[in-house]
Amino acid sequence: MAERDPTRRATLAFGLGAAALVVVRPARADAARRDAAIRAFTGGAEARAGRITLDLPPLVENGNAAPVTVTVESPMTEADHVRRIALVNERNPEAEVFTARLGPRSGRATLSTRIRLADTQRITALAELSDGTFWQDSADVIVTLAACVEG
Amino acid sequence: MARALVNVPKTAKRGEIVDVKALISHPMETGYRPGPNGRLLARDIIDRFACTYNGTEVFAIDLHPAMSANPYLAFSVVATESGTLTMTWSGDKGFRQSETVAIEVA
Repeated sequence: MAERDPTRRATLAFGLGAAALVVVRPARADAARRDAAIRAFTGGAEARAGRITLDLPPLVENGNAAPVTVTVESPMTEADHVRRIALVNERNPEAEVFTARLGPRSGRATLSTRIRLADTQRITALAELSDGTFWQDSADVIVTLAACVEG
Repeated sequence: MARALVNVPKTAKRGEIVDVKALISHPMETGYRPGPNGRLLARDIIDRFACTYNGTEVFAIDLHPAMSANPYLAFSVVATESGTLTMTWSGDKGFRQSETVAIEVA
């Protein structure tokens, strides 16, 4: 019995290792890829919390079409407006979802659309204002039916 | 031609903020989905949408595969003058479509 134990342990360890290998999917954006997408948007500047609101349901049944609304508090005047709004995710194959360009002629800094979610994850909305500051807001979302799983 | 729906109020007061809704039928094939033969289907998405107001771009958006099929966009513009709003979608495989709606500003 005592002699067999190491072998069993080794077999178990190998099994766990193999399982871990299978679980890791190369075509998934992880938090690092999301952070890279955020850096690409902000150019390395800090994105502070506030002014921007990301609105999406906490529980999404169909990951193929999750409704999203991004709103930024801004008077949208020539002197003070939102230049860009972006949405990034952490567990879809690509971190970017969209990048929108707005201006004083938008009137309101609000954008609604529908997105795909491949997994339960955290979504981050980013905004660039005309004064050069960046703002962000995140929301956690649970996805019941993931996008991309069905052929 | 893909079927597209654009909703803009027909009339507006000068300076009023009007809501614009644009929807187009498009599969938005992500490029990460296997087809019937097990191979990945080629990416086929709309990667850019723009709205021009009498020729001036007032809203533009770059889209990635994480956008849903039949992309829907709702945004707003300030009704500055009577004229036309042109929505243009463009993307992979040379996809390009425009829809024009008129707006009367009092």
